[in-house]
Amino acid sequence: MTDNDTAPPSPQHDASTEPAHKSKFGQLFDIRAIIGGLFLVYGVLIGAAGVFAGPQAIHKAEGVNINLWTGIAMLLVGALFLMWLKLRPLSPQTSGGEETEPM
Amino acid sequence: MALTTPHACHKFRTLSEVPNKTLPGARVHDAGTGEISLGEGTTMHYLADGLRLSMNWLDYLILATYFVVVLGIALVAKRSVNSSLDFFLSGRSLPAWVTGLAFVSANLGATEILGMAANGAQYGAYTVHWYLIGAIPAMVFLGLVMMPFYYNSKVRSVPEFLLRRFSPSSHLLSSSLFAIASVLIAGVNLFALGIILRTLLGWPLPVSIVVSGVFVLAYIVIGGLTSAIYNEVLQFFVIIAALVPLTVLGLIRVGGFDGLIDKVVASEGAQFLSAWGGTGFGEQNPLGTNWLGITLGLGFAISFGYWTTNFAEVQRSLSAKNLSAARRTPLIAAFPKMFIPLIVVLPGLIALVIAPSIGGPSSAYEYNQAIPLLMRELLPNGVLGLAVTGLMASFMAGMAANVSSFNTVFTNDIWQAYVKPRMPDKHYVTVGRVITVIGVVVGMGTAFIAASFSNIMNYMQTLFSFFNVPLFATFILALFWKRMTAKAGFWGLLLGTLAPVAFYASYSTGYVPLSTDQAANMTAAIIAFIVNVVVSVPISLATRPKAASELEGLVYTRASAQDKGEHAPGDGAWYRRPALLGWGAVALAALCYVPFTL
Repeated sequence: MTDNDTAPPSPQHDASTEPAHKSKFGQLFDIRAIIGGLFLVYGVLIGAAGVFAGPQAIHKAEGVNINLWTGIAMLLVGALFLMWLKLRPLSPQTSGGEETEPM
Repeated sequence: MALTTPHACHKFRTLSEVPNKTLPGARVHDAGTGEISLGEGTTMHYLADGLRLSMNWLDYLILATYFVVVLGIALVAKRSVNSSLDFFLSGRSLPAWVTGLAFVSANLGATEILGMAANGAQYGAYTVHWYLIGAIPAMVFLGLVMMPFYYNSKVRSVPEFLLRRFSPSSHLLSSSLFAIASVLIAGVNLFALGIILRTLLGWPLPVSIVVSGVFVLAYIVIGGLTSAIYNEVLQFFVIIAALVPLTVLGLIRVGGFDGLIDKVVASEGAQFLSAWGGTGFGEQNPLGTNWLGITLGLGFAISFGYWTTNFAEVQRSLSAKNLSAARRTPLIAAFPKMFIPLIVVLPGLIALVIAPSIGGPSSAYEYNQAIPLLMRELLPNGVLGLAVTGLMASFMAGMAANVSSFNTVFTNDIWQAYVKPRMPDKHYVTVGRVITVIGVVVGMGTAFIAASFSNIMNYMQTLFSFFNVPLFATFILALFWKRMTAKAGFWGLLLGTLAPVAFYASYSTGYVPLSTDQAANMTAAIIAFIVNVVVSVPISLATRPKAASELEGLVYTRASAQDKGEHAPGDGAWYRRPALLGWGAVALAALCYVPFTL
């Protein structure tokens, strides 16, 4: 194998020529939408388990209604992710989400 | 998920009620299927016998929801997989925070959560070495020094770099070693996932291993790396959401931090909560090694070897959308990494208080059951399902990381390079999928090899010292010493790999006396590094180096290797400057040692 073969399949496949395709993909399933959505669903399920918690469940968790608290926290985190997505959507012109980075 | 265990399962409230009889349907296997134990001198137990969780419909619903979402991602991702670059490196399109979290969660896999909690119960605060000196400096080095290199040379794997720098022989050698190592490690992951399925749900181990393997397989073949990376980020948040309540309840149970410290000091002594106590030469400490072994063996050889040459990790950075984002990937990952002990090692210590004899010969539990034990003791249905989901997801992530890097190296560096070069791109995508199937099936086989080892954590660490350390030594020489020649690269790597294997063999057969497996791993790593350098240097001096023109972009002294790449808008912001992130992480890691030193 020569050095030529080791190059990526073809430079044309780089993100530079695929922004439209990438952004469609990005909008289809931005990771923030998935995290946010999953956490909302989990927040509802676990929070409901907390609302209807029996004495046994609370006793097991050292007297803390852990399902309720975890459910509320997950709802909040899920809502934050969805809000972040709404406030800083992926720009359709760039292939990535530079302006959306938290750091 | 439809198996019939939850409703009929008994709920044990106290440790003494745990039955020792074998559960129906969970027959006791040969060769230690239930015998993973993370310590020397611990009696082996059968996992499925002592510990079962009472999952109800809600827990199963939570688990099923996760897998539906994950498979949904895979199906959607499939529509975007058009070229082999898409399949292998996600088309280099991901932002740094996604790749950064994928980076840390690719490492937060099978051995990490159960294994490090187990280490917490067994070695106490010494376990933080794996997170601080054993991770942060190497991650920062990867981001600041190595990443420009990997990224600018557009290599898709570490072996591919060796090809350009040296010759096809060292390339083929390192590719083959890497393929062997990743299949062995995939086996450990599958074994651990099988163990957890068996412990939590009562499935027999072979069924668990096959089910896990098939699922990982379906996932990667359908979606490729993009879906694997998305799954990693998702599982990172789920496992955090599960471990935080577990740790909080555990702390309440033992009376908060003060109660935990009092009880651990009372039973184990104050040194158990120090990181460096008794690590002078000739002194005693739980790790069985000294400060030199910790700094050179773990902190330098194993850690730098693992973080800078383990392609499962490096691949995460290469998926970033530009060089700036690629450099930030391991640096962003360094910050969550140093706080993971709070929700992994801390539960290990709490388990030690709740079940004081854990890991001992009279206990029904072994060290790596620390987290499942706390889950059963503390979590009601609901959060329990979340915790099981988090564990399963973390196993999936570790396994998926292994398999996807295995198929990248096999397809690009073995198949495309030596078997069928110059085929259309589509051919390599197909080969990548086929080899993924083969890799997972072979991984199921090596899972049963892993099952014959009594200690998966030691097994993993040993594999790192065999495969990652020599590769790192060759790599670092090739990078910084332009005189290094192709012959030296090949022989250094070969003998550098054989030396620790030989050393470990003589340790395990008793010819070399060392007090613990950890000490043996760290020594093997130092030996691997030294042998590699001692072989490479004289051979280099005796053979003719490549012309300077051939080394452009491949050695650090050539300017193009240090090219910082184009800046995307916003990359100049102070909080995105790699040097600040990197040195900030090192300083913070040093600060993290303070509570365990004073």
